[in-house]
Amino acid sequence: MSALLEVRGISKTFDGFKAINNLSFSIGAAELRAVIGPNGAGKTTFMDIVTGKTRPDEGEVLWAEGSKSLLRMNEAQIAREGIGRKFQRPTVFEDQTVAENLTMALKAERGPLAVLRWRPSPDSEARVAELAAEVGLSDHIERKAGELSHGQKQWLEIGMLLASDPRLLLVDEPAAGMTLAEREQTTTLLCRLAETRAVVVVEHDMDFVRRLNCRVTVLHQGSVLAEGSLDHVTRNPDVIEVYLGR
Amino acid sequence: MPRFFLIAPLLAVLMLAGLAAPAAANPALETLISENIDQIDQPSRRTVEPLVASIAATGPEGLALLQAWADRRLGLLDGRAVIADGDALTDAATGAPVTGDPKMLRPNSGVRSVIEAALAAGALTDPDPARRAAALDSLSRSADAEGLAALRAALDDPDPALAARKARLERLLTIRHDPDSAARVAAIEDMAGDVGLDFRAALNPLLATRRVVSTTEPQGNIADELSPGSKDLPREAAIALLIQEGALDPALTPAEQRARLVANITNGSVGGIPVAQLSDPTARDRAYEALEAAGAVPPAATAAEIDAALETHRFFDLYAEPDPAVTDAAKAAQIRAQVRLAAMQGIDLALDALSLASIYFLAAIGLAITFGVMRVINMAHGEFIMMGAYTGFTVQTLIADRTLSLIVALPLAFVVTFGAGVVLYRLVIRHLAHRPLETLLATFGVSIALQQLAKNIFGTQARPLTAPTWLEGSIVINDVIGISSIRVAIFVLALMFLALFLFIMKRTRLGLEVRAVTQNPGMAASMGINPDRIAMMTFGLGSGIAGIAGVAIGLFAQVTSELGQQYIVQSFMTVVVGGVGNIWGTLAGATLIGGLSKVIESLNPSNTLAAQTFMILFIIIFIQFRPRGIIPQKGRAAEV
Amino acid sequence: MTRTPFVLRHPSVLVVLTVLAVFTAAVTAGSAAYGSGAIPVSMIKLLGKTLCLALAAVAMDLVWGYLGILSLGQMAFFGLGGYMIGQWLMYARTETIVAAQLAQQPIPATAQELQDAVTNQIFGVVGSSELPLVWSFAHSLTAQLILVLAVPGLLALVFGWLAFRSRVNGVYLSILTQAMTLALALWLFQNDSGFRGNNGLSGLQNIPGLDHVGQATLSVWFLWASALALALGYALAAWLVSGKFGSVVRAIRDDETRVRFLGYPVEGFKLAVFTIAAMMTAVAGALYYPQAGIINPAELMPIASIYLAVWVAIGGRGRLYGAVIGAVIVSLLSSWFTGGRAPSIHLPGYVVNWVDWWQVALGLTFVLVTLFAPKGIAGLFDRLSGILPPRRHGRDLGPDQGALQEKEATA
Repeated sequence: MSALLEVRGISKTFDGFKAINNLSFSIGAAELRAVIGPNGAGKTTFMDIVTGKTRPDEGEVLWAEGSKSLLRMNEAQIAREGIGRKFQRPTVFEDQTVAENLTMALKAERGPLAVLRWRPSPDSEARVAELAAEVGLSDHIERKAGELSHGQKQWLEIGMLLASDPRLLLVDEPAAGMTLAEREQTTTLLCRLAETRAVVVVEHDMDFVRRLNCRVTVLHQGSVLAEGSLDHVTRNPDVIEVYLGR
Repeated sequence: MPRFFLIAPLLAVLMLAGLAAPAAANPALETLISENIDQIDQPSRRTVEPLVASIAATGPEGLALLQAWADRRLGLLDGRAVIADGDALTDAATGAPVTGDPKMLRPNSGVRSVIEAALAAGALTDPDPARRAAALDSLSRSADAEGLAALRAALDDPDPALAARKARLERLLTIRHDPDSAARVAAIEDMAGDVGLDFRAALNPLLATRRVVSTTEPQGNIADELSPGSKDLPREAAIALLIQEGALDPALTPAEQRARLVANITNGSVGGIPVAQLSDPTARDRAYEALEAAGAVPPAATAAEIDAALETHRFFDLYAEPDPAVTDAAKAAQIRAQVRLAAMQGIDLALDALSLASIYFLAAIGLAITFGVMRVINMAHGEFIMMGAYTGFTVQTLIADRTLSLIVALPLAFVVTFGAGVVLYRLVIRHLAHRPLETLLATFGVSIALQQLAKNIFGTQARPLTAPTWLEGSIVINDVIGISSIRVAIFVLALMFLALFLFIMKRTRLGLEVRAVTQNPGMAASMGINPDRIAMMTFGLGSGIAGIAGVAIGLFAQVTSELGQQYIVQSFMTVVVGGVGNIWGTLAGATLIGGLSKVIESLNPSNTLAAQTFMILFIIIFIQFRPRGIIPQKGRAAEV
Repeated sequence: MTRTPFVLRHPSVLVVLTVLAVFTAAVTAGSAAYGSGAIPVSMIKLLGKTLCLALAAVAMDLVWGYLGILSLGQMAFFGLGGYMIGQWLMYARTETIVAAQLAQQPIPATAQELQDAVTNQIFGVVGSSELPLVWSFAHSLTAQLILVLAVPGLLALVFGWLAFRSRVNGVYLSILTQAMTLALALWLFQNDSGFRGNNGLSGLQNIPGLDHVGQATLSVWFLWASALALALGYALAAWLVSGKFGSVVRAIRDDETRVRFLGYPVEGFKLAVFTIAAMMTAVAGALYYPQAGIINPAELMPIASIYLAVWVAIGGRGRLYGAVIGAVIVSLLSSWFTGGRAPSIHLPGYVVNWVDWWQVALGLTFVLVTLFAPKGIAGLFDRLSGILPPRRHGRDLGPDQGALQEKEATA
């Protein structure tokens, strides 16, 4: 299995603090992976680097078939390559309707001219309706996103991610603030998504990670401490000491 | 003859002394007068010199006589020389008052110049240092070879400062007047590197040139050969020179051609060409040629003639000074002087830049504090500066003593603008928390209201804010380097505020809390710090400093309601360029902007508008490379 | 979404255009040239100029209300548009006058003589006798009309590219736009920049070739042109902010980072809107100054742009009609109060003379609007039509707000 994303030996220092220290990581084209680690382990910085928000001091980030380097691209170009990111707190455009939010996320040309020429088609409208149904927002499609509940916003954002159909999905603490039923639903969704694409879940909640039932990468002080199944890593004495042993 | 006016009062004092003590009669002078009475009556330029020298040698009375002679106040009465002072007459030799109707002497200018030189020379050795200094002054303003000789004879001086002045003047006069080239070269080389205006003035006449056109290399001390069309000799100038020298017929300008054609219109055509066609330049040329052929107009130089004349003639700059050794030495000395001068001007520029930077620093520091803590741009900041300046003006109208009024005005301006800042914060800014753009606009509303209010209260005319006398004048280091005292004071004020600010930030509870709120407002709030109170205090502090800056700016600029507007954009730039939330950033920004505007101004001194334009362009480009300023805020929080 | 015609989906466009048409017809009916003559020529010019200002306000609203960039340099484009058309107006008119003078001469003038005389006439005041390079196209109306769009457009493109590329945002960007217009104004103030320094361009109310028409008629023509420009500009702006493009633009205003992660080239969108708005503003300026008659660099000073922002804020930003209402009401009130026609208020012991106090009142009104009616006058319309907007930022005050605050303020 060739890797979809390969991160090689990246390091990043903020004012003397090494947030990422010679980190290497790779994920296959259809794989679910959980990344765990204590606060300050470098999880967020890692995601920032992959999505182009932060530029590492050294190392390489290679993408897909041609092993393209992502380091020279900006956030928008990386997103167009097929890397989607879900933030911890739901970030939807609250001043716009659910339909507008989803329409914006639909896979289409992103350039200003193309967007100006873009007209809703029966296909696009059907797709928006389908996505709204999938995330349970069919009844709210003409409501402004700002009026939705916290959980509904989470779902709307997931719907937007689905709309753009990424090849790699980075999800930051999806379970935060969700009810038990919603967690169940999220787990199912993530597992299903991972059948056709790579999904990286950054999570604190061990219980949730256990439900995902996937390979786990443990980060500590900016580098990989252990990798393997959850049971495997939880038996690792280093991991127990820094993360679980408290 | 300015030197008389300087010496005359001293002589008058001397004569009064003579009147008081007639016993101080001068027998040597008396003898001299009686022996040479004819020559005193009818002096001649060529023969009078030894006599004048002898009279001068007899002492103060002799000098008084010479002075009176030169002033046309000397008369002859019964074979004695008498000095007229108004209606009173005194005997030149004895100092005794006399009566009678003397024959007043009217020496010609040649004789007078001999007398004056002798007077100056005599004064150089006068026992009174003030008179020696006055004599040096007059000598340095107008001296000739005789003056030089007199000076050389009187180089020794008990006063070291005067001795140094004499030595320097001797060198300068040697450069100008010594007949011996070797001595002049030596003098030039002695002084090379000096940047004094007097030395540069002495060199200039040596290097003066005149431009000569010739077919061959001319006689004389050639400075340079110029080729027409070069930067120093544009083609037009070369042609003008040739025409002036008669080497070329005057060329025909379009206006002249037109005038001559107009003068030759016959029956609606010129030279056989209808007038209507003359809007075409080639038709005009053909018409003119036709007229030329008919002999109706004088021939004009053609392009070919001009080219030929330029080809055959050479253009030279000749030194007026014949000796190449002198001009070479002068040239070398001038270059050295220019290099030194450039270095000095650099220092002067740096001083200017420093004082401008201090002003920007004072104006921007308040803005930087509020922006750093609250991320709020206060557009009314400029009006707080204005408010401070008007406070200074009001205090000055109430307290006459300028020093005292300044001492009162500085803290009062702080209090007034601190209060205004707190009011603005409580009434407006607090309610717009976390909406920086709205705050910017709301404070702009305050800004236009305050400006108009100031106009309504104080009128539109500029109000003076006069500095105390001890702040007037300037500190002058040499002819090039000088800085006005007010600017030094502002620099000191800026340093004081830097120190005060650092003290508040690093050593007080308030500073600690401000830093905490700046770095992480949420965390600070949860630690029990009241961010609202901190914001209010910092806003007040920033506004208060603006008020003090206003007083400082008012001291050298006119106080008008638009005073703040002139500084606000530069203050913004200082904050943006320096970086946010760091006093050193503001300092760096102020230094950069102050220095830059002075440098650009010095490159293009005639056009201060261009300087400002270039500075703003520079800042726009600077932001491209350091979007967060010179000293950016640190930490991951700043990355958001 | 069903495909309904554009105007039906956006009825406010129809309302605004209808009001504009009725207004124009009414003014025409009251003009001396085409109707009763009840409205003096100066009033028609004032109304025509106000329409141009409204167009500039619409462009400002595009940039600020929709894209979220508080541009404090928008009037630079307005002034540039005016300068570009002013060059032709001044050159062509001077040429006509000079040609008439030269025709009195015994022999006809050459092309060079004509140009020299024109140059002398225009640039004598700044002591120059050569036609500056920037006037190379001044003889051609077509070229200058193209430049009306091209020069401000290019300036916006270059400036925007530099600023957006380095991710300058929020207050920093506002200050930078202010610096841009200040730099331009200072440059124009110089005599050797070739635009007659602080004399500016004058006599622009005389249209070359239309001397026989007369100001009474010309003023109505310009009113029509201004109304047409406003109508077209309004429709263009309304079309831009509708649909997916408008959706993306508003999304950039609300959360630029998120839009980037959706794959949209944010800088491209910003640049497009900024440039289009600059060109709209330039057209407004090109129509304004022939009615004003004179343009000088003071018109480009930052204060003018800030006033534009004030109008839009009072009218209600994020609503195109709000911008129009704000510009029309505030600028008309301003000229009424500062023109000395408003009656003074007699208080005991003091007479409030509006010429002196209008600025104070405007400033304070503006503060009050910002504080209590952030949606401006357009907010009233929303309330009337019952669209009570949802609370957009429903989060509590507290630590979270710190992040939002920083994001808006830093580059």
